[in-house]
This record gives sequence, C-alpha cells and structure tokens, in this order.
Amino acid sequence: MSLARAESRRLVKRRLTKVIVIGVLLVLAAVVAGSWFSSEKVGAAQVAAAKAEADRNYQEALRSAAADKEKCLAAQGTPEASQWPADCNQLFTPTIEDYNYEWYMPATFVLREEFPLMVAVFALVLAAAAFLVGASFVGAEWNSGGMMNLLLWRPQRLRVLGTKLAVFLGWVTVLALVLGAAWTGLFRLLAEYRGSTENMTSGVWQSFGLTGLRGLAVILAAGALGFALASLGRHTGMALGALVAFGALDIGAYIMASLAGLSFPDLWFVPYWLIALLTKEFVTTDWTSCDYSSTAGCEPATFTMTWQTASIGLAAVTVLIVGASMLTMRKRDIT
Amino acid sequence: MTAVLEISGLRKTYRGRKGVRNALDGFDMVVEAGQVHGFLGPNGSGKTTTLRTLLGLIKPNDGRMAILGREVPRHLPAVAREVGAIVESPQFFGNFTAETTLSLLADAGGVNRNRVHSVLDLVGLRDRSKERVKTYSLGMKQRLAVASALLKEPKLLILDEPANGLDPGGIREMRTLMRTLSESGMTVLLSSHILGEIQLICDSVTIISAGRRVTSGSVSSVLAQHTSGGVRVRLEPGVDLVGAAQLLRAAGAQVNLEKDHFTVGNASNPAQITKLLAERQIYVSELSPVAADLEEVFLELTGTAPVAGHSRQVDETVMSAGKGGWGQ
Ligand SMILES: Nc1ncnc2c1ncn2[C@@H]1O[C@H](COP(=O)(O)OP(=O)(O)OP(=O)(O)O)[C@@H](O)[C@H]1O
Ligand SMILES: [Mg+2]
Repeated sequence: MSLARAESRRLVKRRLTKVIVIGVLLVLAAVVAGSWFSSEKVGAAQVAAAKAEADRNYQEALRSAAADKEKCLAAQGTPEASQWPADCNQLFTPTIEDYNYEWYMPATFVLREEFPLMVAVFALVLAAAAFLVGASFVGAEWNSGGMMNLLLWRPQRLRVLGTKLAVFLGWVTVLALVLGAAWTGLFRLLAEYRGSTENMTSGVWQSFGLTGLRGLAVILAAGALGFALASLGRHTGMALGALVAFGALDIGAYIMASLAGLSFPDLWFVPYWLIALLTKEFVTTDWTSCDYSSTAGCEPATFTMTWQTASIGLAAVTVLIVGASMLTMRKRDIT
Repeated sequence: MTAVLEISGLRKTYRGRKGVRNALDGFDMVVEAGQVHGFLGPNGSGKTTTLRTLLGLIKPNDGRMAILGREVPRHLPAVAREVGAIVESPQFFGNFTAETTLSLLADAGGVNRNRVHSVLDLVGLRDRSKERVKTYSLGMKQRLAVASALLKEPKLLILDEPANGLDPGGIREMRTLMRTLSESGMTVLLSSHILGEIQLICDSVTIISAGRRVTSGSVSSVLAQHTSGGVRVRLEPGVDLVGAAQLLRAAGAQVNLEKDHFTVGNASNPAQITKLLAERQIYVSELSPVAADLEEVFLELTGTAPVAGHSRQVDETVMSAGKGGWGQ
C-alpha cells in the first residue's frame, strides 16, 4: 500500500503529467468552444432565412444564365463564337431543385447523431495523452536511475513495476471518467441551447455509454502500451520511437497491400481498426469487385470491420507487450 | 562475533559482443557485525558487481550470499528494510527536490517521512533541500545519496565510493559520521580508493583483484602480514647515494633508490647496513624502519604498482598475469 501511495504521489508531482493534463483540457475546451460557435439552433426564422437565401441564389443563377445566353447569341458569326456552344440553348439553365433550402440551413449539433463522433475525439485525445504520460512516467525513472534506487528499497521487481502500472492506469481511469462526464454534460448543454436533442431515448444513452466504455478501453490500452514500451527500452524515447516505427511499417504494409491488389487493403491499416473500435464498425469496399444481382446491378463487395475483432486485436497486443515488459523486468540485470 | 554479511564462491559472467567476461570469479567475503569494513580493489576488479549482486540488482551465475544471517536474494525483500545502500554514484530524477526524492523513497519503503529532514540535516543539505536535484553539484548529489542510504536507519550500510566528489571537509565529516554510526552498532561496508581514509576508519578490509579475494582481515593483521621489514636510509647531504646503494647491493641487499634517500627491502639486521657503510666512511644520518601502509600492501597484492615506462591497462593485475597479460 505504501508503495502505491508513493507512486501516486510521484505521478501527480511530475511536471510532464501536469503539462499534459492542462494540454488535454485546452484541446477539449477548444473542441467544445468550436462546436458551440459553429452550431445554431434551428427554428421557423432560420428556415425562412434559408429559404430566402436559396431563392436569392436561384434568382441570381437564373440572371447570370440569361446574361450568358445573350452574350452567346451576340457572339454568333463573330470570331468569339468559338468560345460558346454552337446552339445557345444548350447552355446550362438552373432549376429550382438545384437550390434546396436545407443546404442553406446553419450547422446544428444533433446530439443523437454527432455525439458518438465526439466520444471518439475525446478517446483519441486522452489515449495520446495516456501514452505519453505512461511512457515518461516509467521511462524517466529508468533513465535517471530512480528505478535502481527504488529497487534498493523494494527489491520486488514485478511488484514495483506492477504497482506503478496499476497506479498509473487507476489515475487515467479517474481522469477519463471525470472528464468524460464533463464532456457528456457539455455536449448535452450544447445540444440543448445551440442544437437539437431530438430522439434521445434511453436506448440512445445506453449506446453512448457503451461507446464511452470502448473509448475508455482504448485510452487504457494506449497508456499501458506507452508504459510497457518505455519500460522495455528503459527510456521514454523508446516508446515514442516504437510508435513512429510501427506507424511507418503500417503505412508501408498498407501501400504494399494496395499495390499487391488485395481486395481490402484497408484491413492492413491499423487506424481504421481503431475507428471501427470507437465507432462500432468500419465498412471497407472493394470497388473493383462486382456482386451481380438482377435488381441492383453491379454491387461492389464490402467488408465490415467490427469493434469485436478490433478489441480482441488490441487486447492481444497490449497483453503481449505488457507481458514482455514484466518478463524482462524479472530477468534483466540492472546496471 | 557474528557475520552480518557472508559471500562465498560468488561468480558473475557478463556476456558481451566480445565474448564472456568473468567479473567475479569465486569471490568470498565476510563482514563481522559492528565493524567498518573496507572493500578495496583496482578499477574493474568487481567491487560494484559484488555489491549489485548482493542487493539483487544483478543475478549471479553461482555462489552463496547471506545478509544478517538470511540467504539472499531469496530473503532480500525481508532484509532490504535493514540495508541502506548506495551503489556507484546513484542518480536521481533531476526535476524533483531532494526533499521530494527522499520522501518518495520513505513512502515506498514504509519509513516515517519525518526522518527526511534529519538525514538531510546530517549530510549538510538542509538549506538546499528544496532545490531540484539537477541543480546540485557532484558532491551535493553524493551527499543526497548518503542521506538516502541513512534514511532507513539500517543495520548494514553499504557505501560504494561515497567520498567520490566530496570536498576535504566532506570527507572528514564522512569519516566521523562512519565512526559514530559504527559506534551506535551499525555495520558499514565501504568501498573506496582513498586508502589513507580506509586505513583511518576501517577495522577490517577485503582486497579483491580480478574478481577474487586476495586478502582479508583486520587492518593491522593485513599490514603485519605484508610488512616489508624494510628500512629507510638517509645519508649526510652531499654523499654519493648511488655509490652507497651499489655497495649495499653488492652485499646482497634489495635497494630502492629514491630522490634523497633509499630503502633497503630485506634488512633483517639494520646494524649490517651501518657497518657496511661506515667501513667506507659513509655515515648514516637516518635509519628508520619502513612502516608498511595500506597503499603499499594494496599495490603489492594486486600487482598494480606503476612501472616506469609502462602504462598499465585496467585488467593487468596479479590475478590476470598468467593469462598472457603483463608479465609479473
Ligand atoms: N554491464 C556490464 N556489462 C559487461 N561487463 C561489465 C558490466 N558491468 C561491469 N562489467 C565488467 O565487470 C568488471 C567489474 O566491474 P565493476 O564495476 O564491478 O568494477 P569495480 O571494482 O567497481 O571498479 P571501479 O573501481 O572502477 O568502480 C569490469 O571488467 C567491467 O568491465
Ligand atoms: Mg565500482
């Protein structure tokens, strides 16, 4: 218990922890503020304004089409005729259908539709922060020799590393839950005052809750991976290096898969799996294929990447790397 | 007396790109309770490796170790509370203050945080304890390290080159501190290259060379075993030293010429020297037995005495001589 308390104090006292938490708060605040100012409540007035705007644009387009036609007719027989079609009636004439008023409506935040995306944004921001803080929490300790001192006090290696990881993930969970609650509350308010809370059944809230849990899983996995990679390499930079190397390899694999003409190269791109995990599924399409049916004609084949598969993959990778870090911790000579 | 620390047959092999290196090659050591025990050896002889192994930081290939009568590393978690240690200039996380660093260690080890201030005071860092460790000088970091080792009020204190970077006042303070600690019943194991210091504060010593013990015992017994039995001879100013030395050599003496005097190694009967010289009208102005000091003994035992015109390499010691190193 005393070890957990010490690690807890160490984590909170670190400057990088504070800087990153403040950074996260600023980014999240910026997203909320941006959404607030770019969203507007719609009522009869907005609909009327949008219709007027659409009509104005339509009239404008008609006028300019008429002017063009006149110029075209005037040019007949002169050298400039080559710039115009031979038959001036072929010039484009706008129709009223091209000016749907809905396109002129201000952006409005519909909680039911858009909040899941906001949960994904939240999870990605926190996951990046957790990766960094986790890596530096243990990386700086290895690098500075603090880990050696600590082991002189508590010569129980797995216990020391395990407690560190557990304390860190505990704090990440607390932070994610508190900020997540604030995030939900703020977007609820935003929808209330600047957007729409239509069709918010309890089923929808439940689905938000599940999305949030998947987000939490991603955040915790990112934190654990950062921690374990930095501990394996005994340096914060090793975690960042590993991440960059993995990114480069993944992009390489994606490109190779595309070049090799595999049906679904997207399957090789890990970020898509992350999207699948956060937004329930990601559908990738093989545009070169053709599933023929007499009713719909040629339909390209699709592959649905599900969050279940994605989470099994993420869990396996996390367990593997954290396991490797624990194993080397048990075995290695500390000099 | 009981042994606080026992090591026997300790073996540690480092595997590197250039093959294997036997850092410890069947090393033995015993430290009795309540003593200040000096741990001496040339660079790279295995002192730090021994201490790291003892403290569970590296795994030995073979051998037995016990601290306070309990087998380690198996019982290390249980005895760790009783052992305060610094291993080769310990480093600390630079952005924390000395106070934070120690209080975190105290928390981790279940020691009362109130001790932090008294140990910082003891090592002279009280007024700087709220500054970040990375702003400290070498000696200040070393003092902090000593403070961290004392924090637990250990029964066994292990200090690897604690005087490294300390100023003369600091070295003297360290000496008195160690005396006080050992009088209060603490056992101290002290590795150092400052042999004058060791001779002053240690009750007993172990000398290691190339991973093996070359001698051990109380300081006086080690000195006695290796007393040269030599005498220092000084002549009247202006007298031909070289000539006198040749005279004695001709009579079978082992003479070492120095700038203004010479020493005779095997002078079992010093009267012989005066007699031989007086016969040639050379008169001795001083004739005194050479008191063996630890430095001489150390250099002799480890075979690391400098030889004119030869730069000795780190692994050239008595123990390695047979392996095609420097011919002794
Ligand atoms: N991590 C390591 N990997 C490989 N060899 C090592 C390692 N650490 C130490 N050694 C080797 O083991 C031997 C003993 O080193 P050790 O640090 O114990 O010496 P020491 O007696 O403490 O020397 P010093 O007086 O210079 O501090 C040396 O030859 C050294 O090169
Ligand atoms: Mg050393």
